[in-house]
Amino acid sequence: MRESDLLPRMQKLMNPKFRIWDLHCHLSGVPGLTPEERLGQLLRYADRVGIERLCVYMGMKWSQDPSPDDFRKQNDEVLRAIAKHPDRAFGFVTLNPKHVPESLAELERCVANGPMVGVKLWVAKRCDGPEIDPLIARAAELKAVIFQHTWFKTTANYPGESTPDDLVALAKRFPKVPIICGHTGGTWELGIRAIRDQKNLFADLAGSDPTAGITEMAVRELGAERVIYGSDCGGRSFASQLAKVHGAAITEAQKQQIFHGTLRSLMNPILQAKGIQA
Amino acid sequence: MNRRLFLQSTAAAAATPLMALEQAAERLDVNFATGPWPFRDLPKLDGDSLKQRGITQAITGSLEALLTRDIAAVNARLATACTESGGVLLPAGALHPLLPAWREDLRRCRDEHAMKVIRLHPNYHGYTLAEPIFAELLDAITDAGLAVQIVVQMEDQRTQHPLVQAAPVDLKPLHDLLKVRPKARVMVLNANAAMITTALRGCDSLWLDGAMIEGVGGLENTLKAWPAEKLCFGTHAPFFYPESSLLKLVESELSGTLLTALTVDNARAFLG
Repeated sequence: MRESDLLPRMQKLMNPKFRIWDLHCHLSGVPGLTPEERLGQLLRYADRVGIERLCVYMGMKWSQDPSPDDFRKQNDEVLRAIAKHPDRAFGFVTLNPKHVPESLAELERCVANGPMVGVKLWVAKRCDGPEIDPLIARAAELKAVIFQHTWFKTTANYPGESTPDDLVALAKRFPKVPIICGHTGGTWELGIRAIRDQKNLFADLAGSDPTAGITEMAVRELGAERVIYGSDCGGRSFASQLAKVHGAAITEAQKQQIFHGTLRSLMNPILQAKGIQA
Repeated sequence: MNRRLFLQSTAAAAATPLMALEQAAERLDVNFATGPWPFRDLPKLDGDSLKQRGITQAITGSLEALLTRDIAAVNARLATACTESGGVLLPAGALHPLLPAWREDLRRCRDEHAMKVIRLHPNYHGYTLAEPIFAELLDAITDAGLAVQIVVQMEDQRTQHPLVQAAPVDLKPLHDLLKVRPKARVMVLNANAAMITTALRGCDSLWLDGAMIEGVGGLENTLKAWPAEKLCFGTHAPFFYPESSLLKLVESELSGTLLTALTVDNARAFLG
């Protein structure tokens, strides 16, 4: 192969015409003694692959069932990180539905009265029960982007780990509130089917292997306007997760929608409310 | 940072890896496959599809080999597909040591199909690397003058079909096996970062591919603990989008020399 044949292919992959926001980033799995250093490291790699903005949530050390003190500490770390890079990162507040009053207070601190723009719910408690409802209701009032981790694991979920089916049950109780189905259930052929008919649910492509077909099926069944690019860095590479979109057999317009358009449309209300230019 | 400033700054950051990639006239993928996957319709990638992605040659196994008992026919179909690719696809035949007369399959791979590589799937064929049959197989392949690839896993256990679950191959026995077999040319495909730093620690004589090495800057980080001459570019396509491994070359900060080693020289050394 001639040298000149290689560059156009890579330039096409790295096409700067794509505007890319990453829905799903963490401060773990990356070197750095402080949150600021870790986000700086993530941005160094993001720059190399053309990602403009990162949504960051959870702290430098995780707990599956964080106490209020723990999730406040993790949120403090995210606040520090995004304060250092306000033009490159958005913060989502980590909450625990086992601690509703404290979580509501954290929503006020970090979103209503702070710079964060979204909510992250992980694996402390499955999301199908009504205990989580006050958190969803208040997050919706604040126009925060709501992200719920989900998996359908062949090897069995954690006790408090939600499935996309659990999320559908929650979404039915809040049919006008958009909610993001984290990882699209991991086993995406099941996750996409589970959320298909629940129109207020959106598919996060992050954090599973770059298995060919995920994005094509998501676009076919949900439409690109319900699909969002995310990486789950630093545990995942940006590269493997970007490939799910760059390598998919879909149109350039659909790729742009997934890289930026869908997330942008979910974030616009809170960005406008907070007067954030992006 | 506004959009214009972002584009200006990242264009500078991206220029270096792109320039390094531009210098490469060839790129060898050590982890490609043909054939159907039982649980999903995979993209129809062939030699031309790889060339369009800047991949000039690919060591190619057959996905049929995982579950098909007539391995001889699988290898014959693979050889035909590779011949039709005009030299882009290099066949890696399969051997199943628990099948009767597996040595005849080895003979055909070498003598009839002129294969240089054997690809093994211990977790789908039901043996471990600690069993005597694996040592016997490894010796037979080495004595035949061929190189061997061991596929540690095909996919994340969490997403496997519930009726066909295959745990990753336990790689720990390799250390002692390779210590007394200096002539064996062994490559492990689809190892992840945890396997590299635990089970494969000290196995400096074997080669790895980067298809399942994850984490930001994953290749760069792996090279802090793994010899640069023993890491190869592998896509695990068509199961994975090949763009994943291509973009990993851009995401990590790798010199032109390292890029050439990872994408060409190391694979050539493995092929012998």
